[in-house]
Amino acid sequence: MSMGLLRLLRGNKASAPVARERLQILLAHERGMRGQPDLLGVLREEILAVVSKHVTLDPTKVIVRLERGDEVSTLEVDIEVPNDFERKKAAVA
Amino acid sequence: MAKVLVVTSGKGGVGKTTTTAALGAALAQRGDKVVVVDFDVGLRNLDLVMGAERRVVFDLINVVQGVAKLPQALIKDKRLENLWLLPASQTRDKDALTEEGVGKVIADLRSRFDWVICDSPAGIERGASMAMRFADEAVIVTNPEVSSVRDSDRIIGMLDSKTVRAEKGERVEKHILITRYDPSRAARGEMLTIDDILEILATPLLGIIPESQDVLRASNVGTPVTLSNADGAPARAYTDAARRLCGETVPMQVPAERKGFMDRLLRRRAA
Repeated sequence: MSMGLLRLLRGNKASAPVARERLQILLAHERGMRGQPDLLGVLREEILAVVSKHVTLDPTKVIVRLERGDEVSTLEVDIEVPNDFERKKAAVA
Repeated sequence: MAKVLVVTSGKGGVGKTTTTAALGAALAQRGDKVVVVDFDVGLRNLDLVMGAERRVVFDLINVVQGVAKLPQALIKDKRLENLWLLPASQTRDKDALTEEGVGKVIADLRSRFDWVICDSPAGIERGASMAMRFADEAVIVTNPEVSSVRDSDRIIGMLDSKTVRAEKGERVEKHILITRYDPSRAARGEMLTIDDILEILATPLLGIIPESQDVLRASNVGTPVTLSNADGAPARAYTDAARRLCGETVPMQVPAERKGFMDRLLRRRAA
């Protein structure tokens, strides 16, 4: 009902051109990625290796996320470090 | 020279099995010797659509594993002299499809038939990659809808890299078959147009199958749609597509929009 009303207000604009444009943008990106190693997987492994040299980590608490924007993309790395890390380190030393 | 043709799509429910049965029957009607092979291990349906579900004894996996000989597993169509079916297994695991085993079966089928049509399962897993592995040509079944077009693009990428032909530096000849095309919705701008799809996928068109009740009716009774209602729009579109596969030049019929309620009423009266 509300969808119908919305379309009426927008002048009953066809949705197919939107579909076409979204597909063209998406596929241009996906075709570029094809055959390349899984970038996020590689990043995650390497970040994990570097940080684990210094901090004891739970590998499941490392999250690497990539968000694509029009101008810039953001790479988000979220690593959960246990609070008792310093104490544990002191105990070992 | 035998041709191995894979009918594939990535996405499920777009009409691969219907297309396999319809093209198989249309090619057999031309006089070519045709076998349709179901690669959907565990979820076979080509037997049902072909109306041979009660005649399955041995299947593709039995032949791959050497439990049965190829002629024992082949089911001859009851309507067409030149049409045969090699069913998939309903119980086995798809991992039973080894590349070596499938390769041997395909080579054996090549020596017996003019056309080996492989009905791919949905997805991009083992069953789908085995169905396309030895293909010379591919029919990519696509609905005028974003997810189907995206998956078709992915499948085209696989055909260009993961097939034996691709690895030898040769080409798998690819064709787009647009199914479930609804001309009135396309005219209203609610559905991707034929030109949109072909431009995005950059692959030549084999045919356009209109959305039609004929297709459901054909599968209900277990008859390829090209045989169940040979004069219907889908049957004619599939028959034309089969002719194009054989290298004939056939003008492309873009399904036209049905006029209106009165026209439909008159049509129904006339029929």
